[in-house]
This record gives sequence, structure tokens and C-alpha cells, in this order.
Amino acid sequence: MTAPVVAVQNLVKDFATAPGRVLRAVNGVTFEIAPGETLGLVGESGSGKSTTGRMLAGLIPATTGTVTLFGQTITGPHGPAHLAAVRHRMQFVFQDPNGSLNPRMRVRDAIAEPLDIKGHIARPDRTARIAELLDMVGLPQAAADRYPHEFSGGQRQRIGIARALALQPDFIVADEPVSALDVSMQAQIVNLLLDLQQNLGIAILFIAHDLAVVRSMSHNVAVMYAGALVEIAPRAALYAAPQHPYTRALLDAVPRPDPNRTRPRALAGEVPSMLNRPPGCPFAARCPLAMPQCHDTQPPLREIAPAHQAACHAI
Amino acid sequence: MTAEPLLSVDNLTVQFRTDTGWLTAIEDVGFSLGAGETLGIVGESGSGKSVTALSLLRLHATATTRIPTGTITFAGQNLLRLPSRALRRIRGGEIAMIFQDPMSSLNPVLTIADQIGETLALHQGLDRAAARRRAIELLDLVRIADAAHRVDAYPHQLSGGQRQRVMIAIAIACRPKLLIADEPTTALDVTIQAQILDLLRDLQAELGMSVILISHDLGVIAEFARRVLVMYAGRVVEAAPATTLFRRPMHPYTSGLMQAIPPLDADVHRLPTIQGSIPDPARRIPGCRFSPRCAEAQPTCRITAPSLVPVGPDHLARCPPRAGAAR
Repeated sequence: MTAPVVAVQNLVKDFATAPGRVLRAVNGVTFEIAPGETLGLVGESGSGKSTTGRMLAGLIPATTGTVTLFGQTITGPHGPAHLAAVRHRMQFVFQDPNGSLNPRMRVRDAIAEPLDIKGHIARPDRTARIAELLDMVGLPQAAADRYPHEFSGGQRQRIGIARALALQPDFIVADEPVSALDVSMQAQIVNLLLDLQQNLGIAILFIAHDLAVVRSMSHNVAVMYAGALVEIAPRAALYAAPQHPYTRALLDAVPRPDPNRTRPRALAGEVPSMLNRPPGCPFAARCPLAMPQCHDTQPPLREIAPAHQAACHAI
Repeated sequence: MTAEPLLSVDNLTVQFRTDTGWLTAIEDVGFSLGAGETLGIVGESGSGKSVTALSLLRLHATATTRIPTGTITFAGQNLLRLPSRALRRIRGGEIAMIFQDPMSSLNPVLTIADQIGETLALHQGLDRAAARRRAIELLDLVRIADAAHRVDAYPHQLSGGQRQRVMIAIAIACRPKLLIADEPTTALDVTIQAQILDLLRDLQAELGMSVILISHDLGVIAEFARRVLVMYAGRVVEAAPATTLFRRPMHPYTSGLMQAIPPLDADVHRLPTIQGSIPDPARRIPGCRFSPRCAEAQPTCRITAPSLVPVGPDHLARCPPRAGAAR
């Protein structure tokens, strides 16, 4: 098996919210992503999916645990030096293309900024690369001279993607890249990402709350709940045979565009407070299968079928 | 339906003043709604679905809004001609509204008791103690646990789902005949969205009210609405019972939109898309507003604005080519 592009092991993130109060946003997450593959990371608000993505991209330090990017451990004492060596091979695409593009920078400069930062690039090469990138993301060449506000949300996300592709990364972390877009725009961006991945062989961590979008984008899917990874599987297995009771409840809750479907009644309760979290499974309080031990010990992620793992005492 | 509908909207056009002149936000919008019925309005950004909802209660700023044509008939009276005093009795009384973001619709410095009480004092003349008792009953009705204590909480002490429940409690406080819900679950997580949709459905059955649900999410619309209007760029492009619409969408925009939703139950390699972008509302598009993006557009589509025509039983679409093919 080829070495993974990224491997995270037992990743934990604590935020100090006040003296003596600790919010554990991510609680022991482990997974890896192979070259050219997409891992969909799905979860509701506060599940820790974005925090995981940020640690993995080196944007925020991990409290404990390791992140290995292209064979370099970017966590721990030598983390910053290792991260610097591989940083250019990994890029980030954000949810809000308005917030992530400088409104006073022309599209050409926004796209070429990673090239400019990385080092000297000859003028003709820079111009050629901008043209190539615009072409790759389906924007007209005339876009280069315009400013972000002149574009629609979908087109701005294309600019954000072009910028992420500038340094020919091997790995992209995309955090809710289509959530701010209307359905008709969302489909265009999903197709663009699928095409780029197929043509360029980029590995992607695709973070999203929309289970249908994640299915269309991902090879493997990981489900997070209250900071913990509760299930991870190849997409066909996860959607056809979800094992964790939370994954099942989540899939049941998604409204389908089918008026004849009767959705099961919603799961009661809400996500537990992340402050001073109780021991045991974070889902136990809402879980239809909960047993006494679920309230005492957090179940570990274990293999329940080939390549299919779930963290549940009851299965 | 033989009885008079509860609400009927006819030929409604709403314009907003901008720096460059009057911008037509919605044009020729019409529909009707019977007692106890559920209407879904679906569309993307700029389709005019929220403008339509706000117009029903005349909630647009009067100085920058004009309504050149249209009637809104609710329980026999034209809301557009009603004096403001009479309209205020209807707002929050017979017609209530809930919005997408409960945090910005609730007052952060008042307790839940005070905010529900405000509606009760205004419309039912209840005193403080009676309003508080009624507020606790209402919180029970919207399934907020421990209502007797939660009634003294401030909005920031509640979760997003609970805040939306409080908004619903305020909305149903006066037993409205019509509830307008504008993207009520869009800001919520999917498991909480399911809870709120369950609650709305239960309350509708208990109270017998009509509901207009506005959403960009075809899944939410399919699940909740009996009849559906599809809006695009300020116009209704299709209207049909939900079962008909989802089985046999007739307007190219509706069918394009349905195909662009990634399926939850199948693996795909690419999604069918609608070409182009959602138009800027300030740009006038001659003929059919969808024609620049429509794969089936004919020369006449770009010249003549189509009207909403029957394409099947109880089924209207604003697309003459498709209507012709359906006949």
C-alpha cells in the first residue's frame, strides 16, 4: 500500500474558555487519507470537523496526538520546521469566498499570490500560469483583471479553488466549500472538484454538513459527533449500511426530495455541552441503543467489517 | 374547493427603490391557500420567495417600496388597502411569522416570558401574571423541557433549536389562522431541523392553521408542503401539488434544480447542472427570465415573457414550449 498523504493519530484539541474551564473540541481522532482520495468528514455544528481540518492543515496546533503530512510529523517540537517543508504541497479552500479573497486584489494577483510568496517567478511564466489556472476552474480569461465583488458566489469559489491549485498541491483541505452556494451553483462546483481530482490526482479532505454532497464527493466518509469520530467507511458501505446509531439517525433526518417518503420521527435531545464533558459515549444520552456501560466508558473505534470502523458498544 | 380560500394573492408586483431606479423584486405572483392547507415556496437566492412572504404582512419599508399591482385577500379583506391599525391586529394575531435566524428575531435583553408576554399583552390584553402562565403553557406546547424555569431564561442561554421553538411559541400564542415560516430550519443542524419540522407538523394538526413554508431546500419542501410554488428571478415558474411536481416537473428550471441535488441514495460521478449563474436582480432579462440558462430555449423565449399556463390537472408552468409538448 502506498504511504498515506496524511495520517492523524489520536488527535485532541482543547480550548481554554476561561481559567480552569476547558472545552474539548476534538477528542482522539484517528484516520488517514491515501493519495488521490477524498475523505468526506461530516458532522453537525460543534462536532469538531472544522477544528480537525485546521489542525491537519497546521493552521492551529494540536493539544495532543500527531498529524503526519507527506511523511513529516507536523505536530510536536519539530512540527513547525517539518510543516514549512511540506506546506506548499497542501492548500485550503474555505467556505466563504467573500471572506477569503482580498476585495482590493485583482483576480490575477489573488490567484498568483501563492506563486509570489513561494519565490521568484518570471513574469511570462506567472501570466501563463494564471491563464492556465483560470482555464482549469472554468473562468474566462477576462476574469484576471477584475475584482472579487464583480463575481457571483459560485464564481468566487472558482477563484478560491484556482488559488488553491496555483502551487500544484497534492492535498487540499476544503472546509464547507459549497455550503454557501445555491443548489444550481453547488452542483457546478462539486463537478469542478470531481474533475480536478480525477485529472490532477489530488487528495482531498472534504468537510461538510450536507450528507448528500459528501456522498457525491468522497471515496471514504468519516462521521463526527461531539468531537469524536463515531464511524468511518467506504462511502457505499456508510450510506447503504450505516452501523453507528448516530449515523443512522443523521441519515434518517435528512429530508429527501420525495413527497411520498415518511421520515422517521426526529431523534430527541441536542448535542451535549463540550464543556466538562461526561465520561462515556458522547451520543449515549440520545441513543436508542444505550446500555449502562455507554454512560461510563467511551467506546473505541473498532473494525466491524473490512475498512469499516465504528465506535459503539452496542454493535 | 368551493369555500372561499383563507388567503389569495393575485398579480402581486413589488418594487424597491435603488440608486438606479425602481427594481422589480417580484412580478405577477399569484396563489391561494385554503384553511388548514400547507403551501411551500421554493427558490434560490433572489427568486423573490422571501419578498413575497414579507409582502403578505406589508413588512417592507414603505419609503423604498411600492406595490404597483396586486391584491392580497385574507379572510375577505384586502391587506394592501387595510389601514395600519387594522393591519397591526392581524400581524402576530391572525397571521404570524417565523424567520430563519431566531437569534436576531429575539430581543437579547428580555427574558422569554417577557417576549411571549408582549404578544399576549398586545393582542389579548393579558396582565403580567396571566401572560407568564400562558407563556409556560406555550413553551410546553413547543416541547421545551422544564418550561417553568426556562421561561425566565434569556435567548443566549438557549440553543439554536430551543430559540426557534421560542419563536414558534410566540407565533402560535394568539392561535393564528396562518403561519408564515421563512426558512425556519435553514440555520439549524439536520437532526434539529427534523425536530422543528415534526413540531410544526404536530402544531398544525393541533391548531388547524394554514402554513406557508419558504425554503431553498427541495427536501424540506417535499416533506412538508402539500402544494408547491417554484420561484425564479421574481416570478412563479411552476405551481402544482407536491406529489405531481416531484413526479413530473414541467418547467426546465424545476427539473434542472431537482437533478442538481446530489442523491443521498446513489453514487454519482457527476451531477447534472444548470448552466450559468443566478441573474443579478438589477439586470432586466427580456422574455423568459430563465431563457439565458435554459438548454431548451427557443428564439421566442428570449423575446416574449411567458405567462403561467396549465400543463396538467391543477398544474401550472411558465413555459410555453413545454406546455405545448404536454398537450
